[in-house]
Amino acid sequence: MLEEMVFAGFGGQGVLSMGTILAYAAMKEGKNVSWMPSYGPEMRGGTANCMVNISDKEISSPIVNEYDIAVVLNLPSLHKFEPKIKQNGILIWESSTIKEKPKRKDIKTYDIPAINIAAEKLKNVKVMNMVVLGALLQINSDLVKKESVLLALKETLPERHHDLIPLNEKALILGGELVKQ
Amino acid sequence: MSEIKLMKGNEALAEAAIRAGLQGYFGYPITPQSEVMEYLALEEPKHNYVLLQAESEVAAVNMMYGAGGAGARVMTTTSSPGFSLMQEGISYIACAQIPCLFANIVRGGPGLGTIQSSQSDYFQATKGGGHGDYHLIVLAPNSVQEMVDHVYLGFKLADKYRSPAMLLSDGAIGQMMEKVQLPSPIEYKPDKPWATVGKKSGQERNYLTSLYIQPEEMEEKNIELQAKFKKIEENEVRFEEYKTNDAEIIIVSFGLSSRISKKSVDMAREAGLKVGLFRPITVWPFPANKIADIAARKQVKFFISVEMNAGQMLEDVKLAVNGKKPVYFYGRMGGIIPTPKEILTAVQERSRS
Repeated sequence: MLEEMVFAGFGGQGVLSMGTILAYAAMKEGKNVSWMPSYGPEMRGGTANCMVNISDKEISSPIVNEYDIAVVLNLPSLHKFEPKIKQNGILIWESSTIKEKPKRKDIKTYDIPAINIAAEKLKNVKVMNMVVLGALLQINSDLVKKESVLLALKETLPERHHDLIPLNEKALILGGELVKQ
Repeated sequence: MSEIKLMKGNEALAEAAIRAGLQGYFGYPITPQSEVMEYLALEEPKHNYVLLQAESEVAAVNMMYGAGGAGARVMTTTSSPGFSLMQEGISYIACAQIPCLFANIVRGGPGLGTIQSSQSDYFQATKGGGHGDYHLIVLAPNSVQEMVDHVYLGFKLADKYRSPAMLLSDGAIGQMMEKVQLPSPIEYKPDKPWATVGKKSGQERNYLTSLYIQPEEMEEKNIELQAKFKKIEENEVRFEEYKTNDAEIIIVSFGLSSRISKKSVDMAREAGLKVGLFRPITVWPFPANKIADIAARKQVKFFISVEMNAGQMLEDVKLAVNGKKPVYFYGRMGGIIPTPKEILTAVQERSRS
């Protein structure tokens, strides 16, 4: 198994931490992982992204040609990464702020209104990235187990934020339910 | 006891230095490697090393000279423009034969350039960099794990040969996270009778210098240094081969671009092209003899050097191949990282022509 993924959005939306939590969870399951961030001027208010690869074999290149999965949380990222998804690949997009629909017909697309859900149902828009991650884990249940993600949350969140773990858990569950519907 | 962690290359490098018995770190922050000093600053209260943010890279390298001369295990890290500033001091250190470890987390140049990842400091790292006839022992890690392993190895080789050693890494390896196995900490007990730590009575004074004003003495010193470099070339060449045994096309690539090239090799094999990867791990000493052996193989049609620069290691590959086979080049510059497909396309174009 080799899953090549990209997580992209505005700096501050939690795309880097979403990728980190997923990579950490996979590592805890004994898989090989690579996590490559965009770094530099684009992080200051512009678009940030990270490429995450998960494999049960050695990962040769952390840089890939095309993605199995792209998670995009803003319009520039949709424009940038939709063309770079493999045929039959997966596109997850944040549909409460991105008002343009994906164009490709040869990929599977999932519209997740994560920002609205986080704001309305969880009263905290910061956990919208976990809503998206919950959706991703429901769509591709082979990536990592949900328990591993919870463990990753505990071990990667600084201790001062540990009171937010139950809220993050709820966000993950809500994201999963969105896909089930 | 070893531990598995998910770490950034820069943080892994810093943690490895602590575990390898770091006694002094002198640096000046520069993207994309500032996490090294940040990490060391956070960890400092728990350990026994000196951490000092110098007023510039020029100051930092001279602190390396001083503390290293006193026998301490010392390291500095920087990125391209900062490494340029250090060159004068490194030349002094090479002549005075001070063991110490440098890491250049390369960013795109020339000039102030970009903060994105590049390999355009290969010449500077492998051909001396500063003035005079000297070399650093240059290791080129291509994973976060090797950022750790090469810190241990770099310190060890520096001590063994009384020579500065360096990691030639790049911004992407510094910034990316991978699974890493951290080795057990070692208790560093330096055995450096030459160190300037105070003369005991009845003992000769230790003297570390790079000033030999008489040309005869300077030549003597050069002969001594060259003999040492020859010994390093004989004993410390390291490389990795991937699917080269039956290969007709050999990609030569180091550091990050060797990781990308590895995927290109697999893609080429799927497309029916017999491509292999030769990866120098030490870029100085360069594995020239091994490349010459491969060039002599009948089935080998050509070499292609793949680098994130305008073609620097290419020259060393050409010297090693010595006209036996064509040597081509593919590269991206200025902080652009090639994709596996781009490299494959370059290989395919050459194999058709």
